[in-house]
Amino acid sequence: MSEIRNFTLNFGPQHPAAHGVLRLVLEMDGEVISKADPHIGLLHRGTEKLAESKPFNQSIGYMDRLDYVSMMCNEHAYVLAIERLLGVTPPERALYIRVMFDEVTRILNHLMWLGAHSLDIGAMTVFLLCFKEREDLMDCYEAVSGTRMHATYYRPGGVYRDLPAEMPKYQASKWRSQKDADRLNEARAGSLLDFLEDFTRRFPRAIAEYETLLTDNRIWKQRTVNIGVVSPERAKQLGFTGPMLRGSGLAWDLRKQQPYAVYERMQFDIPVGATGDCYDRYLVRVEEMRQSNEIVKQCIAWLRANPGPVMIDDRKLRPPQRAEMKGDMESLIHHFKLFTEGYCVPEGETYAAVEAPKGEFGVYIVSDGANKPYRVKCRAPGFAHLAALPEMVEGHMLADVVAMIGTQDIVFGEVDR
Amino acid sequence: MSERIEELARNVDAHLVGRVNRVPSLADELSYEVAAADLTAVCRTLRDTDGLRFDTLIDVCGVDYLEYGRDEWRTATATRTGFSRGVNRNAARPAGERGRFAVVYHLLSVALNQRLRLRVYCDDSDDPMVPTVVDIWASANWFEREAFDLFGILFSGHPDLRRLLTDYGFIGHPFRKDFPLSGNVEVRYDPEKQRVVYEPVSIEPRVLVPRVIRREHG
Repeated sequence: MSEIRNFTLNFGPQHPAAHGVLRLVLEMDGEVISKADPHIGLLHRGTEKLAESKPFNQSIGYMDRLDYVSMMCNEHAYVLAIERLLGVTPPERALYIRVMFDEVTRILNHLMWLGAHSLDIGAMTVFLLCFKEREDLMDCYEAVSGTRMHATYYRPGGVYRDLPAEMPKYQASKWRSQKDADRLNEARAGSLLDFLEDFTRRFPRAIAEYETLLTDNRIWKQRTVNIGVVSPERAKQLGFTGPMLRGSGLAWDLRKQQPYAVYERMQFDIPVGATGDCYDRYLVRVEEMRQSNEIVKQCIAWLRANPGPVMIDDRKLRPPQRAEMKGDMESLIHHFKLFTEGYCVPEGETYAAVEAPKGEFGVYIVSDGANKPYRVKCRAPGFAHLAALPEMVEGHMLADVVAMIGTQDIVFGEVDR
Repeated sequence: MSERIEELARNVDAHLVGRVNRVPSLADELSYEVAAADLTAVCRTLRDTDGLRFDTLIDVCGVDYLEYGRDEWRTATATRTGFSRGVNRNAARPAGERGRFAVVYHLLSVALNQRLRLRVYCDDSDDPMVPTVVDIWASANWFEREAFDLFGILFSGHPDLRRLLTDYGFIGHPFRKDFPLSGNVEVRYDPEKQRVVYEPVSIEPRVLVPRVIRREHG
């Protein structure tokens, strides 16, 4: 009898389905996985150590680059932690803006996830459709912060500036006719809120379109139903949060259970799965997009009716207006000190968590009273999820590994930090 | 909120009196210190006791207290020549009172919707060590590997304590406070050897903004 031994397969780090830079060493028994060992850290940038070497405000931009498809949610956790240590609460309008952009971010993230996940499993069209809608939301990011991804929009004490009264418009060029530009600009005639409202009206139809393509699709179901089943007990053991936990049937959502900002005033439902397989997690995320859409609508209605300040009126946190600086020495000094030395945060420690699209994103800050954090630790949901990958893929086929990485919604920016 | 915290604190005290030590925290958080020797038993109680039910380990975080409370620029006192200037990188390090390394555990109870923080100080040796909690919460596996990789904290009983985030063959523990921000080695492609080679860093570490501690306003 010939000797039979297991085959070791190296997956990644450069592989389109590895969602970035995951190196997976798989021990195969035929086409079945008998052991998996993820090697991570290829995108490790030492974000936490960098944050410890800079004044508090200068690290907000690093948070965008952690989970780089849900940028503002990461910022939210970080500024929330600083605000808790400082003991300040931003004005109400800033909280509504944060909730609105958290939900815009959730839709952005889930669209990216849906597109990439379906592409991995073999459905090309959904990817293109998702990115069409994503474009509009990225335009919102751009309108409010100037950048399409790494916004640095949330600040301790509020948000950087109020919502813009007008949207940037497309211009006709050599490559775009006036007619095309006019069509693209149709929804952009009004303010950001008008544009977003128009989006929320269009978006449910777009979700229905994705669902038509996937939910009852035989191939989709064959690839996801009963794949990667995690029991609720095991999910808690493994530190799952977010859709991974809800997919297993636990109605746990920090927005409901431990509300922050103004989530306690929002009307929305938490979808939960029944079996805890990839298909349930897909359904949970799709429904979450619908719920997020509803939350955005509620925020728009409130923001229209309630103008006001978006930043706390504290000279130690808020940069002075440009005009004030021209004539007022104190303002000039405050501006200089804020942007060089920053502000000192009282000694203490705190852990602030938000319900990021992927799960619980938390920031633990230890401050010794200095203008820089003493220790910053970012608790990334994807880290705990990926740690459970070996357990989830064991006994599955090689092709299911891709479905599993997809269903975990892994982004290496946050896993490696 | 604070009522719920106090109720939880009473619960913790009832089951773990003498083994945990409550430390000051923000009003809506609950923070305890525990000795390394008691850690496993305390964690098991926290997970399995009614009224506590900490079923999820949210995070394990290493902390290096080497430079805690040390600033680089004195602002409170002035000499005759004015405030001090610049960064004094060779200042003597104050001896830590409690040991240099600590491990901070963030626990969450999904069942009862409550959180708790546990801090364990490691023994003051070259190889700080605490017992592992992997057999209590499976999620501790990678969190502890990360703390080992970045801080060099050993977790006794851990089934697979390998480096996690740093490069293959990396030397040192980068998140320790005495590890330079710019690292110790840099890489470049050597056309003669036709491979990537490691060399000592050529950049001088520098502080852009000095660390300042001001008490008068926060």
